[in-house]
Amino acid sequence: MVVKLYGQVTAACPQRVLLCLLEKEIEFEIIHIDLDTLEQKRPEHLLRQPFGQVPAIEDGDFKLFESRAIARYYATKYADQGTNLLGKSLEHRAIVDQWADVEVGYFNVLVHPLVMNLVIKPRLGEECDAVLVEELKVKLGVVLDIYENQLASNRFLAGDEFTMADLTHMPAMGYLMRTNINRIVKDRVNMNRWWEEVTARPAWKKLMKMAGF
Amino acid sequence: MAMKVYGNGMSVCVARVLLCLHEKETEFELVPVDLFACHHKLPSFLSMNPFGQVPVLQDDDLTLFESRAITAYIAEKHKDKGTDLTRHADAKEAAIVKLWSEVESHHFNPAISAVIHQLIVVPLQGKTPDAAIVEENLEKLGKVLDVYEEKLGKTKYLAGDSYTLADLHHVPYTYYFMKTCHAGLVNDRPKVKAWWEDLCSRPAFLKVSPGLTVAPPTN
Repeated sequence: MVVKLYGQVTAACPQRVLLCLLEKEIEFEIIHIDLDTLEQKRPEHLLRQPFGQVPAIEDGDFKLFESRAIARYYATKYADQGTNLLGKSLEHRAIVDQWADVEVGYFNVLVHPLVMNLVIKPRLGEECDAVLVEELKVKLGVVLDIYENQLASNRFLAGDEFTMADLTHMPAMGYLMRTNINRIVKDRVNMNRWWEEVTARPAWKKLMKMAGF
Repeated sequence: MAMKVYGNGMSVCVARVLLCLHEKETEFELVPVDLFACHHKLPSFLSMNPFGQVPVLQDDDLTLFESRAITAYIAEKHKDKGTDLTRHADAKEAAIVKLWSEVESHHFNPAISAVIHQLIVVPLQGKTPDAAIVEENLEKLGKVLDVYEEKLGKTKYLAGDSYTLADLHHVPYTYYFMKTCHAGLVNDRPKVKAWWEDLCSRPAFLKVSPGLTVAPPTN
């Protein structure tokens, strides 16, 4: 049975799930939820996702929301198919979880408002908060120095192999790299090396093509 | 060798890990870190957690940070003893636990931590809370609790009929929140209130809560 994903292919959180499904070679169908017309806030979608956000999935009778929970479910269910995203031992899985949690608490918390101000607000004709952008850039620089150090002695965030820890960063990082502040990554040698390697993966290229980027 | 947890019992994120250790009946040693003397910013600490925060877990060769990654590791390693915190035996049930853990992380935590920061931490720094930030985040928290009220009308706990990490992760911040003048946000929602009272009755909670000693100003 094909996984039904409710969301918009250009949005970061649905992309996180789509990237996982592509890496795991799992068939899916996207049912477009139009964020521009706030379809995600309508009663029909609120039944799938009570916080009025995307994505949500339906897999037969099984329903789930929260992109990171969905990605983890499929990475576990299809552990023996496609890329191993979870890590090989209990300890390695813990390190993968650790860097995946870092994405939530340190990376996304800064990149999300940056992308909102640099990409989304201009698109909606709203004013960008330039002072906030400068503050966020400084904080992000401090965080990316830690990533730079981690990637100096590790090929990927959690070690020698591509895992969920890397994947979970990619959609928001993709948006960041399309802004005029992408030097914040490009000027860091190891981050740049990592980004070029992870974006060369076939699953990412397929996703970007689907999203029209 | 017993696991070592670096941090202090009054820290929300450390308490999250301690609750998990007690639920899993796992021995551990708590190694205090003097945050006021900024020991968490010393090179010796940064070599364990480059983000300079507590908690850090050491288990033989493994050094781990991020409280929710730590609880997941402890719950997995000791899945055969104590409380089943992850429903590991069933992939779909485990996914539902993970879902509501993500809800805590993305929807609940940002709102409640902003309120606690203003009402408890900011006064300790000798400053005045920002009422606008408090109000904005109370509103967000209220909407999250509305979703919880509905969910807890269908299941006893957030991810189903048994206590899991999805519930546990909420406990430390909620404990502090209930000491503020906004406890009504919980008490006015009968299902959320009943759920909270149940969480507070657990033996693991009774062991950890005495360490949660920070309090809002009494004026």
